[in-house]
Amino acid sequence: MRTIHYKDIVDKVAVICQEANYDLGEDVVNAFKTAMKNEASEIGKDVLGQLIENANIATTERVPMCQDTGVSVFIVELGQECHIDGGNLYEAINEGVKKGYEEGYLRHSIVDHPITRKKSLGYNTPSVIHVEIARGDQLTIHMSAKGGGSENMSTLKMLKPSDGLQGIKNFILETVRTAGPNACPPLVVGVGIGGNFEKCAYLAKKSLFRPIGERSHLEEIAVLEAELMEDINKLGIGPQGMGGSTTALDVKIEIAPCHIAALPVAINLNCHASRHKEITL
Amino acid sequence: MTVKRITVPFDTEIVQSLKAGDRVLISGKVYAARDAAHKRMAESLEKGEELPINIDGEVIYYVGPTPAKPGQIIGSAGPTTSGRMDKYTPELLELGLKGMIGKGYRSQDVIDSIRSNQAIYFGAIGGSGALIARTIKKVEVIAYEDLGTEAIRKMVIEDFPAIVINDSYGNDWYKQGSETYRSI
Ligand code: SF4
Repeated sequence: MRTIHYKDIVDKVAVICQEANYDLGEDVVNAFKTAMKNEASEIGKDVLGQLIENANIATTERVPMCQDTGVSVFIVELGQECHIDGGNLYEAINEGVKKGYEEGYLRHSIVDHPITRKKSLGYNTPSVIHVEIARGDQLTIHMSAKGGGSENMSTLKMLKPSDGLQGIKNFILETVRTAGPNACPPLVVGVGIGGNFEKCAYLAKKSLFRPIGERSHLEEIAVLEAELMEDINKLGIGPQGMGGSTTALDVKIEIAPCHIAALPVAINLNCHASRHKEITL
Repeated sequence: MTVKRITVPFDTEIVQSLKAGDRVLISGKVYAARDAAHKRMAESLEKGEELPINIDGEVIYYVGPTPAKPGQIIGSAGPTTSGRMDKYTPELLELGLKGMIGKGYRSQDVIDSIRSNQAIYFGAIGGSGALIARTIKKVEVIAYEDLGTEAIRKMVIEDFPAIVINDSYGNDWYKQGSETYRSI
């Protein structure tokens, strides 16, 4: 058993919350640069140029790249030989978020009650935390600051097995088309196929944690990702919906076995402010 | 491609000179308001009360900034999704609201009202809050202070970058732009 201290988790989480919001990943910035070279529309190029400049300002001035500093979503890989000393893992993460958001001047965007919309001063907590048990004695925390604009345009549908691959493709293209400018394109399109109702949504979310440019290790899925990327970019939506050839920076697909009668598909859209950071303790 | 410099508040003549797809740099005074402030304004109007600001001829920016760091005028301050304000917008346009800055689609009702009231909707670049913050020179909370990040603020902006989405002729740049580049 290896012991990890509660306070360590709090401090590390606070740091990655701020870094995720200030420092756009190199994968995203590089994707902007490549897109700028290939973008067909003048306004589209202009928008991409502003996004690069925006990322630079955020990093150098230590300010959030976007005012929607998101819902803090965590995927935690907890080694089964870890012992957390001094408190509960969920509480440690939430305390880290509170500290990170408060001290980092990040926006508090959570309402306590979905219907009354009541809001306390809880500093962007509670977070959404998924824990996966892993082998070994390490604790790896993946954090994403997930924006509301793109989350709001995400979809889930229980397709029929007979809808097949074409049905899946149509659903994805329709989701991106409907989202248009609202999801802040260029997007990262995360897709979960299979599992069941909640599992496919989780897979879609999880796929967004993969770096841009990385293809699935499954050959047929890698091909599908590339095909969809091409089709999505033919939709013409373009950077920020102003028209152009860069609607997606990447498409990520995760699959899982499912029931003989089912074909669940979830699409989790991420905006260009694709913010994630990870830390291993 | 040229960029037009405009000053707000503006008159109908300027509004009519702007076409969907025009790139603009906006300077002048705008009011920042989003969901909760719109809801409260609508409730006031329903009760027959006066609005805390006179919106005749003015421009509203849909934004909920991050808290300012010490020494900053404002935190990151990019646009939020305008569609959530659609329900309240035609009423404000009837009262003389001349312009809106936000991101994302407007409903057909709003597009029609923009046309009949000779107003304009600008799209700013969502997710460029750090860059936009630099164009905001002055901020003052002027109403609904209890709403925090959603309070109504008066802002002085300088060369704020935006694109005309819905012009006073009924055009929609989101539609035109994507149709131009669509090949599927
Ligand atoms: S969708 Fe993303 S980039 Fe756009 S405003 Fe929301 S968090 Fe920012």
